[in-house]
Amino acid sequence: MIVTLTAVDKHYGQLNALKDINLELQAGEVLGLFGHNGAGKTTMMKLILGVLCVTSGSISVFGLDPKHKKAWENRKKIGYLPENVSFYEQLTGLQVLTYFARLKSVDKKQVAELLEKVGLKEAQHRAVKTYSKGMRQRLGLAQAFLGQPKLLLLDEPTVGLDPVATQDFYHSVDQLKSRGASIILCSHVLPGVEQHIDTAMILNQGKVVASGSLSQLRERAKLPVEITTQGINGALKEVKQLAGFMVGSNQLRVPESEKVNIIRQLMAFESISDISVESASLEKIYHHYLKSSQGESL
Amino acid sequence: MNAIFAVAAKEFQDGLRNRWLLSITIVFAVLAIGLSYYGSLASGQLETASLATTIASLSSLSVFIIPLIALLLCYDSFVGEQESGTLLLLLTYPISRGQLLLGKFIGQGSIISLATLLGFGSAAILLGFSSSFAAVLPAFSLFIVSSSLLGLSFIALAYIISLVASEKSKAAGIALLLWLFFVLVFDLALLGLLVGMEEGLTQQGLVQVMMFNPADLFRLINLSALQADDVSGALSVAINSEVNPLTLFIIMLGWIVIPLSIALLIFNKKSI
Repeated sequence: MIVTLTAVDKHYGQLNALKDINLELQAGEVLGLFGHNGAGKTTMMKLILGVLCVTSGSISVFGLDPKHKKAWENRKKIGYLPENVSFYEQLTGLQVLTYFARLKSVDKKQVAELLEKVGLKEAQHRAVKTYSKGMRQRLGLAQAFLGQPKLLLLDEPTVGLDPVATQDFYHSVDQLKSRGASIILCSHVLPGVEQHIDTAMILNQGKVVASGSLSQLRERAKLPVEITTQGINGALKEVKQLAGFMVGSNQLRVPESEKVNIIRQLMAFESISDISVESASLEKIYHHYLKSSQGESL
Repeated sequence: MNAIFAVAAKEFQDGLRNRWLLSITIVFAVLAIGLSYYGSLASGQLETASLATTIASLSSLSVFIIPLIALLLCYDSFVGEQESGTLLLLLTYPISRGQLLLGKFIGQGSIISLATLLGFGSAAILLGFSSSFAAVLPAFSLFIVSSSLLGLSFIALAYIISLVASEKSKAAGIALLLWLFFVLVFDLALLGLLVGMEEGLTQQGLVQVMMFNPADLFRLINLSALQADDVSGALSVAINSEVNPLTLFIIMLGWIVIPLSIALLIFNKKSI
């Protein structure tokens, strides 16, 4: 186990930032952490990083309390990308990354490698103040990747990245994962994350409203699968079994358990020319759990 | 150790890059050379000022400028990094808060110390050529060392401000108030006390009160080494009493170590 949180509470004065959080993160696991602004995502990261102390409960990272002195050495194995990162404006990209590499006792060779990897090789001698939002974000990522981390905490990593850079970023995530690194990914941008995470945790007002693998969450949410057909047209509503699930002239919403059955029936139509099956997206799952948690608190 | 050095080197290079080192050195050199050559013009004489007059006028000017420069250089050291988010990032690195503070202090302290050495030192050499090195060097060495200590003490005070303030603009405001207090208000209050209260403050008591102000300490150190003729104000009273320069230096060091320790205490308690 790389990270374990047991019954963690965090208060800021009167404000309950986190309530009774339990989490287990294994080696090579990618966890998606989702929630509104102020849901407690960043606080949770700061606790794991050892920047903040828990109010109650316990945290163990690489088997040690991150606040403990012995955990010092472990910090070299941790990479972090903060949410709003604006680096030393007057320094060049190369100088910034070299500074952080020295603090982490990382070989200078890796600085050049990382700058090339995130596509900042051409801009490395320019001052950071001339960088675009995306370039700053890529510099931040290069900083987080310093020293082949075994645990990565990334707060909104794809904000400001263009589609190509986003693709590259997820490619790096997959690569690090295959090397056995554990990753906690905080994000608002839900589409695109799905394929790269193993488990998800949804936070709302400091409480966990759902956690588990995507398929588990999908199952528990009982969200319907959307099936759109083409070419059948009017014939759909004549079949009794199908008519109940219809939401449009050629659209069906069926429970996950019925999916295969329904598809089989649909394929029996001679006139069917196309079919698309869409399981509930992460976005839908997210909104479902948020809504149901708000229902509880009301 | 490595981490402290990395931070110190970065802060020092920042000082070079922003032309801080260059501009402070020039300011100090121009001040020192100008005062030593033309300082006597103000009193209607045309010859080069005496060494004692030069040091006296230099220290009365430096006592305003050095604290101001130190505060300007360092008031945003922590609050600036906090605003840009790099402070949070640094704290996730294998570097303790104490190491970060010490690294910054070494880096920015070197800027001030080097500027006083180069700026005032160049003036001392020029002066030495026109008079004698034997007289100039001891007086200026004392002046350069005490100037550096004064700068370092105000850097440590600036760190406290930078760690307490929640915004950069607030830190700048507090720094300005602190400067006003130590270089102006404190002395005015002392003078008022001396004039207004008969037998309110003994000479010994006055010197003791001055220990609570690093700017006054700096003047005491430099002026007690000279004849008192060139000194005016509350200081002239204080200087006539016997003070051991070594004690003054130790108290000056205290004005560096204690604010730095307070800054560390605040930093350790601060939640980022």
